[in-house]
Amino acid sequence: MASIAANPPKRPSSTVREILLLILIRTAYALLTLFLVSIVVFVISGLLPGDAAQEMLGQSATPGQVAALRHEYGLDLPAHIRYLSWVRGMFGGNAGRSIVANMPVSEIIADRLPNSLVLAGLTTAIAVPLALFIGIYSAVKRGTLIDRALNITTLSMVAMPEFLVATIGVLIFAVHLRWLPSITLTSKDTTWGEFLRSYALPVLSLAVVVIAQMARMTRAAVVDQLGRPYVEMAVLKGVPPRRLILWHVLPNAIGPIANAVALSLSYLLGGAIIVETIFNYPGLASLMVNAVTSRDMALLQTCAMIFCGAYLLLVLIADVAAILANPRLRSQ
Amino acid sequence: MSGAGAVTRQQSRMRSFFAELPLAGKIGFALVVFWLAVAVLGPLLAPYPVGAFVTNDVFEDSSIHHWLGSDYLGRDVLSRLLLGARYTIGLALGGAVLAVVTGTALALFATVNRGWTDEALSRFMDTLISIPSRIFALVLVAAFGSSLLLLLLIAAIIYMPGNYRIARSLAVNLNEMDYVQVARARGEGSVYVAAVEILPNMLNPLLADFALRFMFIVLLLASLSFLGLGVQPPDADLGSLVRENVSGLPDGALAILAPSVAIATITVGVNLLIDALPGRTRSVPAER
Repeated sequence: MASIAANPPKRPSSTVREILLLILIRTAYALLTLFLVSIVVFVISGLLPGDAAQEMLGQSATPGQVAALRHEYGLDLPAHIRYLSWVRGMFGGNAGRSIVANMPVSEIIADRLPNSLVLAGLTTAIAVPLALFIGIYSAVKRGTLIDRALNITTLSMVAMPEFLVATIGVLIFAVHLRWLPSITLTSKDTTWGEFLRSYALPVLSLAVVVIAQMARMTRAAVVDQLGRPYVEMAVLKGVPPRRLILWHVLPNAIGPIANAVALSLSYLLGGAIIVETIFNYPGLASLMVNAVTSRDMALLQTCAMIFCGAYLLLVLIADVAAILANPRLRSQ
Repeated sequence: MSGAGAVTRQQSRMRSFFAELPLAGKIGFALVVFWLAVAVLGPLLAPYPVGAFVTNDVFEDSSIHHWLGSDYLGRDVLSRLLLGARYTIGLALGGAVLAVVTGTALALFATVNRGWTDEALSRFMDTLISIPSRIFALVLVAAFGSSLLLLLLIAAIIYMPGNYRIARSLAVNLNEMDYVQVARARGEGSVYVAAVEILPNMLNPLLADFALRFMFIVLLLASLSFLGLGVQPPDADLGSLVRENVSGLPDGALAILAPSVAIATITVGVNLLIDALPGRTRSVPAER
């Protein structure tokens, strides 16, 4: 990478070791945060006395019945023991039993997780190239009318609630044009055409905010590079604009851009909650919403930890990208 | 006389503030003023009582009697929207005020005490920031429920750590300034230093951060109500209106479009205004 070559390569092996150490420290920091987050999630969700055992047996249950059911699910053990067995269980792939569905939590999640990953994957595949194009294009055209128009558009899109995007999408593509179904139904024997058509609106609703956020951060990263002396040098040298962007600027902006991509993708986690619900999509986020409604704490805790883990992973990737890209950060 | 003079000066300052905004900022400012007015006056302007069944047709289109059509039970959408905006904006204002006041107070406390107080508080806030806001909201609602007061508190808890982080970084920088050092050397107590020397100098960025938190909370509460976990019937905020009428989605009913557009114009308006504020350097963070 160009930024590494710019450093005086006196002792390359020690620089590599320093970078690895820094990445290791960031990883350890992320794991520590995940541990603290798990305590917060566990404490909050166990704070009030009413639990699913009470909820399941209803008003007429005798205290004895409730106590027996609580004992069966281990809800009567001291908090720190429940916490330890919960954490141990999660690492072993056994996250406890859902008291409402009467199934192991891991089975329910194994059923839903692939759906969420497909939705997130499709959205990423569409959002990243489009956002990078918009971001780089408006950075190159900075100050022009088209850049200002794109700026206001993305600025508005960042603050857009998903259900408005979903509603407008349905209105245009399902009601007026009749191109797309308004409800996502996935079954085993769908053709590729049906598959893509049924995913189009959920992916669109999720992608709008991600694209806007990512494009804004990409633009900022590229504009930052365009103000550097080496760009001026290249321009004075007579490098054609296309080559200037592709060969000189982008290699230097790749770190900040990767950082922007990872941070923007973390938005998918929250957006999925609305989009999966509005389109009746059987993913992890709508599962978590159901767990809240039925006060199914074992399921809720596990879903929350999966989302928090995914978020911390994306932030870690963003951090590492920033470290790899910026030689000054490495010495901190 | 002097009172009148002050008013005109204030007016002309307001006018020049507005005049100096770029076009997008003017639009944002207008949207914000419009919605604040709706939140205050809305119920007085409502053409029908909020819960009244005014027509036999559900999901009616716009007409002279019902500007925004009718909802899934044949109630007037405009009337419900005018009152719903009061819930959305009121709760979000309350939540944002609470988040910014506690976040900034804790940040000042950490800054003047330094040492392990600062260390422990910052560590704790970093942990809370690492929980995606909507996931955090779901866990809190599952644990505590969702009365109006709880929703306000939940919103404040979720967006307080972000304000703490910004206020702390502002306060730590100001704490190193000469005039603060002088005040310390004079023997002023930490409360005086925090409240008189540091706080007044961070008000402008804090105001922008307040607007940002307000926007986040509007979106968060709208999402929660949309999921049926926010404002509970018979109360209805804008998110609840979207949820109630979700059965009109396949037909693209006006009853679901109108409250969605209302939420979007509030949040987009605030966002355009924040972006146009003078002296802003940061971009909007991905905290949503």
